[in-house]
Amino acid sequence: MNTRTPGQRLLIALPYLWLLVLFLAPFLIVLKISLSDLAVSRPPYTPQIDLSEGWAGLKDFFANLDFENYIFLAEDSLYINAYLSSLKIAAVSTFITLLIGYAIAYALARAPRRWRPTLVMLVILPFWTSFLIRVYAWIGILKTEGLLNQALLSIGLIAEPLQIMNTTTAVYIGIVYSYLPFMILPIYATLEKMDESLLEAAADLGSSRFAAFFLVTLPLSLPGIIAGCFLVFIPAIGEFVIPDLLGGSDTLMIGKTLWVEFFNNRDWPLASAVATLLLLLLIVPIVLFQRQQMKQEIGG
Amino acid sequence: MTNRFSWFSATSLTLGMAFLYLPILILVVYSFNESRLVTVWGGFSTKWYGELFRNEAFLDAAWVTLRVALISATVATLLGTLAAYALVRAGKFRGRTLFSGMIYAPLVMPEVITGLSLLLLFISIGMDRGITTIILAHITFGMCFASVVVSSRLVAFDASLEEAACDLGCTPVQAFFYVTLPVIAPAIVAAWLLAFTLSLDDLVIASFTSGPGATTLPMKIYSQVRLGVTPEINALSTLLIGFVSIGVILASLAGKRAAVET
Repeated sequence: MNTRTPGQRLLIALPYLWLLVLFLAPFLIVLKISLSDLAVSRPPYTPQIDLSEGWAGLKDFFANLDFENYIFLAEDSLYINAYLSSLKIAAVSTFITLLIGYAIAYALARAPRRWRPTLVMLVILPFWTSFLIRVYAWIGILKTEGLLNQALLSIGLIAEPLQIMNTTTAVYIGIVYSYLPFMILPIYATLEKMDESLLEAAADLGSSRFAAFFLVTLPLSLPGIIAGCFLVFIPAIGEFVIPDLLGGSDTLMIGKTLWVEFFNNRDWPLASAVATLLLLLLIVPIVLFQRQQMKQEIGG
Repeated sequence: MTNRFSWFSATSLTLGMAFLYLPILILVVYSFNESRLVTVWGGFSTKWYGELFRNEAFLDAAWVTLRVALISATVATLLGTLAAYALVRAGKFRGRTLFSGMIYAPLVMPEVITGLSLLLLFISIGMDRGITTIILAHITFGMCFASVVVSSRLVAFDASLEEAACDLGCTPVQAFFYVTLPVIAPAIVAAWLLAFTLSLDDLVIASFTSGPGATTLPMKIYSQVRLGVTPEINALSTLLIGFVSIGVILASLAGKRAAVET
């Protein structure tokens, strides 16, 4: 394609430049500020690039950058624990979401063809309504005097109200609930495309329905499973709203730590260092996710 | 096919739908609760809706949110469509891998990172924070979602139709407007709706990028929710859910009709 007209170039350049300036460049700024020091000034960090001093100013700027914030992060166990516990919470909730999501996606793909568009629509609809509102809805249910406890007490299943609200359990429920459509849809997409005659062939060759599922259906739906797991796992690691509203003081998650450093402690350099480390943690899964998406696009 | 729809499938669908909808249903029911105590039923009442419409702060925030969402969704859809076209139709160009990376990464990027990095950008170029900065931020993530929606439609659409139009004497621009655009129009509408609702919902990125005087509805809801569950928030949530649901259902019906006609 060497015959690209100036118009076509502009077509590519416009979104490209937008993303370079508003998506990529900001990360470099985060990196720079994470190497700066906290200061009582506006903005609250030093050093600043002072271009009026020319080369000397620039040299001064680089000389004043250091890894102090990262050393602090490494030494304080709070941050390491927050990273590890975010990873754990994200991994466990991705697994639970996969189990529930697969069952629903499987049922959707097996539903009579004329029901399917409506059923898929019903799965997507909650995803369109506000995330914040859906998390908020669980507060009234999970509270100590909430509806779940009232219901369980009235049927006599429990004698004392359960403490679910402000625990990590509530965070799991919140993540599974909020991210479920992201798991169902990619799995449904692969299951729906599957050739039914493969299952008949497996049955003809003596395979039980159970074995056919594990030997045929499951491997064929693997691309959907992978896509779904990425879509849940990566954002869940940095989740802020769910641990903040449903979790308790013992629920450590890195997204919340970053928020607190930034808004409550107003330590911008430290918040930037947390963000940089979080990003490093996520780069591998994000690149794998992008590869997989590109492969789907070209192959599918 | 129908005979494969076993009791297992029926059960998991029923339970799944109950799990997805019960919390929302409860929220809606309790917005009509007479009692201020959210978990105790005190009879039917619509008084919280009245209360809501007398609350200036909520109305202001709603107006800010609506403006942000309308502008950012429109620009995001334009840029996203261009990006989709570049990804799917422009063949290989220098930096294509980086480009596609920048399209897909924001889809999964934790919002706290996007929010923080955009804020630091706005500060370092000396931009005043307010509605404009929220709009810029929302355009950025909105265009990525829009581009994914549009490009999935473009991939399914045979490029040889455009080539045929060009062979028959259309300029590439004419081929786009006469051949491509009518086919991908439903995807563009879906992309706009997605960008619109994402902007409407966003709390984290707006909190980072907004400044004094620019409070969006999710920011207002969040600050109230932190203090506890209140019936006004239930009423507001019900209105938002109703508004979005009607929009999505209408759009999907329109999409279905368009699909039948073509």
